[in-house]
Amino acid sequence: MTDNSTDLPVFDTSAQRAGDVAEVATEMATEMASAADYFELLKPRVMSLVVFTTLIGMIMAPSGATGGVHPVVAFTALLLIAVGAGASGALNMWYDADIDANMERTRTRPIPSGRISRDSALGFGLTLSAGSVMCLGVFVNWLSAGLLAFTIFFYAVIYTVWLKRHTAQNIVIGGAAGAFPPVVGWAAATGSVDVLPVLMFAIIFFWTPPHFWALALLKNKDYTDNNIPMMPVVAGSKNTRFQMLVYALVMAVFAALPAVLGHTGLFYALFSTALSSVFVAMSLWLFIAPEARQPSAAKALFAYSILYLFLLFGGFPADKLIGI
Amino acid sequence: MTEKYDGTPEWSDELLARRRKRAAVMGWVLAGFVVLFFLVTVVKLGSNIVQRPL
Repeated sequence: MTDNSTDLPVFDTSAQRAGDVAEVATEMATEMASAADYFELLKPRVMSLVVFTTLIGMIMAPSGATGGVHPVVAFTALLLIAVGAGASGALNMWYDADIDANMERTRTRPIPSGRISRDSALGFGLTLSAGSVMCLGVFVNWLSAGLLAFTIFFYAVIYTVWLKRHTAQNIVIGGAAGAFPPVVGWAAATGSVDVLPVLMFAIIFFWTPPHFWALALLKNKDYTDNNIPMMPVVAGSKNTRFQMLVYALVMAVFAALPAVLGHTGLFYALFSTALSSVFVAMSLWLFIAPEARQPSAAKALFAYSILYLFLLFGGFPADKLIGI
Repeated sequence: MTEKYDGTPEWSDELLARRRKRAAVMGWVLAGFVVLFFLVTVVKLGSNIVQRPL
């Protein structure tokens, strides 16, 4: 063993066994990681959408005779749901590290770039998953904890392990995982589930295919090279763009239903109609656009889809506030 | 002489600094959760504390 001026442990880099080398690499990756790298494992951008839709679910939940959930409990629920969603993101990065390393969009993530080892990501994801579900059950209620557990399971196992590499319907079915947060938020606030959170679920569920396929159209080569059966890879661009238009129309119908069924007022009705009309128009343009214009149309639709969801869900509490 | 890898990396100053920073962040996060869980416990107990039968 080499001499060292400190008493800290050293390792012999001449270790020849492949297992030793891998172990060294793993140890080094773990020790090189910063707190920010671990935070990146939680997919903070996805988490911000989860936090937002969960919050809307909680705000729209009826306060009832007890005056609603206490702000401290509401904050705790929001935090734990965010942590749970982030944990499923870490588990996704753990499982998909091999694909992520080969894709331009994902190769700088903490695991493929060597900043965090796969084992550490797995431990991190499992610990946060179990911790967030248990704490949500103990401090808030067990219905929301059960729904959060199912959401994590759905994203990490059903989508990541099962669907993603095996079917073109991966993000259609897998989209359910991203659609659950407002339902979990509602359940955390009320201890039950009603029609409005189910409609919110449906809006996000039908929003996911046109949102994600817009990105998949742009990154088609990456997905093709890595044998990921995204819809554009399997069915081609034209078929995918047609399906995106159909999903956009179905989404627009579900976006209007809260007003039609009387859960929201006139403001939401007008606001959602305007937002959805733009979404459908952009999907239609992507479908009919000449080939040279399709990348810019897909890029615009992807960007607008994110704005759409934030504005549409922001429309729920705005409608409640305005009260018309 | 070649010795077997003993399972621990060489602790350079940079690695030690990163480890200290990770530990500090972990400490703050845990402290935050302790405070939050204390507050939730108080809220959940609520008025039961003062309304308990004597």
